Amino acid sequence: MGVPDHPNISKSEAQEPMTDPAILLSLSNITKRFGALVANDAISLDLRKGEILALLGENGAGKTTLMNILFGHYVQDEGTVRVRTNGGNMTALPPGSPGAALSAGVGMVHQHFTLAENLSGLDNIRLGTEPLLSLGRRATARTRIKSIIAESGLEVDLDRRVADLTVGEKQRIEILKALYRDARVLILDEPTAVLTPQEAEGLFVVLRRLAANGLGVIFISHKLGEVLAVSHRIMVLRGGKKAGELTTAEADRRSIADLMVGKAVAQVTRTPGRAGDPLLELDHVTLAKSGSRSAVADASFTLRAGEITGLAGVSGNGQAGIAAMLSGLAVPDTGIMRLFGAPVTRADPRRLVQQGVARMPEDRQHDGVVGTMSVADNIAIEEIRSPGFSRFGLLDNNAMRARAESAIAAYDVRCPGPDAEARLLSGGNVQKLILARVLEREPRIILANQPTRGLDIGAQAEVHRRILAARDRGAAVLVISEDLDELFALADRFLVIHAGDVVDAGPADALDRATIGLLMAGQSHTTEPLAQ
Amino acid sequence: MSLRLDPREHAPLSLRLLVSLLAGLTALLLVAVPVMAAGANPFEAYLLMAQGAFGSMFALSETLNRATPLILTGLAAAVAFRARLWNIGAEGQLYMGALAAVLVGSGFLQLPAPLVIPAIMLAGFLAGGLMMVIPAMLKQRFGADEVVITLLLNFVVILFIQMLIEGPLKDPLAMGWPQSVPLLAEAKFDKLIPRLRMHWGLIIGLVAALILWLMVKRTVLGFEIKAVGENKAAARFAGIPVDATMLKVALISGGLAGLAGVGEVAGVKGYLSADLSPGFGYSGIVVAMLAGLSPIGSVVAAVFIAAVFVGADSMSRATGISNYLADLVVALSLLCVLVGSFFLRFRLRWQSRQEA
Repeated sequence: MGVPDHPNISKSEAQEPMTDPAILLSLSNITKRFGALVANDAISLDLRKGEILALLGENGAGKTTLMNILFGHYVQDEGTVRVRTNGGNMTALPPGSPGAALSAGVGMVHQHFTLAENLSGLDNIRLGTEPLLSLGRRATARTRIKSIIAESGLEVDLDRRVADLTVGEKQRIEILKALYRDARVLILDEPTAVLTPQEAEGLFVVLRRLAANGLGVIFISHKLGEVLAVSHRIMVLRGGKKAGELTTAEADRRSIADLMVGKAVAQVTRTPGRAGDPLLELDHVTLAKSGSRSAVADASFTLRAGEITGLAGVSGNGQAGIAAMLSGLAVPDTGIMRLFGAPVTRADPRRLVQQGVARMPEDRQHDGVVGTMSVADNIAIEEIRSPGFSRFGLLDNNAMRARAESAIAAYDVRCPGPDAEARLLSGGNVQKLILARVLEREPRIILANQPTRGLDIGAQAEVHRRILAARDRGAAVLVISEDLDELFALADRFLVIHAGDVVDAGPADALDRATIGLLMAGQSHTTEPLAQ
Repeated sequence: MSLRLDPREHAPLSLRLLVSLLAGLTALLLVAVPVMAAGANPFEAYLLMAQGAFGSMFALSETLNRATPLILTGLAAAVAFRARLWNIGAEGQLYMGALAAVLVGSGFLQLPAPLVIPAIMLAGFLAGGLMMVIPAMLKQRFGADEVVITLLLNFVVILFIQMLIEGPLKDPLAMGWPQSVPLLAEAKFDKLIPRLRMHWGLIIGLVAALILWLMVKRTVLGFEIKAVGENKAAARFAGIPVDATMLKVALISGGLAGLAGVGEVAGVKGYLSADLSPGFGYSGIVVAMLAGLSPIGSVVAAVFIAAVFVGADSMSRATGISNYLADLVVALSLLCVLVGSFFLRFRLRWQSRQEA
């Protein structure tokens, strides 16, 4: 690997002259097949200097495959990738060589970071660019990185261990890493999937600044709002093909959503819920911080049958503590949590499940499924000891399979079958699997923690529809989300959490984003009247 | 041309069998080099080994006799490793099982004769199990590394055994040899065939493998062990009692190693001595790895490893080549299977640069 010249490629380069000197990067007719599946079908793309190009598409549309080809992780079956060199010429990148992509000035920030957690930010940025045992160079590197930070606004503490940084800070380190390697093209794969709205806003500011300085940015996403907010041009992929390309100025939500899914998106509309009996009550509950779980300082609220309660808040303000208690992973340190009127005194997820609590974990890949176990196993896992799936300690494999087959059909879980390992499923399908697992029991209480984070629009609408249907059936629902759009789409009533304190913000109809935002920032209800 | 690694989605059973088989064969092939260096013809040497291991009823009995503890220590490692519990202490657990068998079966306890064998088996299982439950609890409570603890406990246990057989347990009739008082006649395992050393321990090992296989495939416990081993966080979230499951695994794993010790005392030696096991506990790790942690595979792998040891002894007598060769084969097959497991996770692909 790593031999830059190739006779075939240089020949084809000569055929297509690159006229526009502002073009930094040009992909032409990229095709990639995985067996029978055509992941990328003759896709062409140009990126200009100072441009933010959004690459939009549902999960499985081929966005990540295309970027992996560009970066040399995959080898395309057809087509070429050309990059402008320092000399100003367009040269073809040898396929399958990340090293060549890096040295040609292509930097990529993956969705899952590639950082050494035990090293400082500074060392992570330097890692791989020079021998680590080099006296004096550390200081030189620091000076250079400081100047990049000053130029870009990517503020971060370079001397802290990466393990101690927040997700947003880690992402900044990743971007700095690319810039430190003189990237002229920066690819960001779903950069906001892991960020709070505030962190995402900060990222956009940085990206605009970097683009203004001449960087070309490819921004992969499936969130329409942020794509409209940050990009100059939008390219939509669908089913491996280019579905459309338009400038952001001429685009609107509706038109790009239709391009993405290929058909008009069914809008989920919420009808008001009818609140019934209280099913779960928290009375002045506190819970200490533990590991990465944020503390709950004072939480009092009630979840009622037939009502969706939305819990808004900036990430890390105690949502994880609330979720842990409602998941049965923790019990309050002080205060009382009553489930169907009876105090919960023991952390026992199994008992909660038996009592009719459905739990959708925040990190569905990590906490929701055992990747190396089958779809059928993962659907049965919460109730594996119940007579439905086992008897006298022996598994009823037939019952597990039957349940899995009906769940796959009813919830449209796209997978090779009940025996397929869960790790092979996409994020959206893992969430459908979890929905199938928890909703089929007709639960009376539902905890939906970040229910659509990282999902595409189609899957999001499906999850929202299921949650609303469960509410209409009489379930009490708590939705925890950092996406205010999602909360306004679902919630009948709002709670806001700040620094571990839960504030009841009242019915959703009387609220707007600004009010919620103030509460999220810690402005108290009582001291500062909200009414205009 | 360049070489690429593609992750595999799934490693079929045939491939897993092939990797284990090739690992064993490669180890034998590599060991041919020192055999030649020692001045022998490797073909003849291996032929002699094969004859020594399988060439007669006597040879076969010796091999299966040797395989008996290896099946059990192999299962001990396999069940623990499946749950990502790294039990390196089967050697010590084996000795504790043997000690328990002697304490219960040599007349200190008065039991009706038909109950003696079940009693020594239960005592051996619990003693071995306890030796693994303690490190597992230390891990849960304090985060202590079970690799270090179980490994070092092996030496503690053997010194403890030496102290006992030089002291309170010493057989006064053994003419000064450091060995324990013997088991009662009714505590001893019957031979499977008269005049051959093969004993009922082999059947116990086979039954244990079968039970473990069923446990893995068909039981809630097997399901929960897998979930806990593969993803602790998801298992806990789903309501599986993670700590309790780990303790069950520890008990079963240590208990199986303890049973191996019972078998050696009750089936072979009749008393406890500090040379009861020539590293059966450690070889069990190789057995489990060669078997790909499969219970049934552990039986086959144990017979292979036993055959190597028994065959090497026999070959050594005929050719004068040291029987350390057997250790070499065992060590190399572990290395080969570790290399081979890489190919279970990745597919190697040659691709020409022209392809693109």
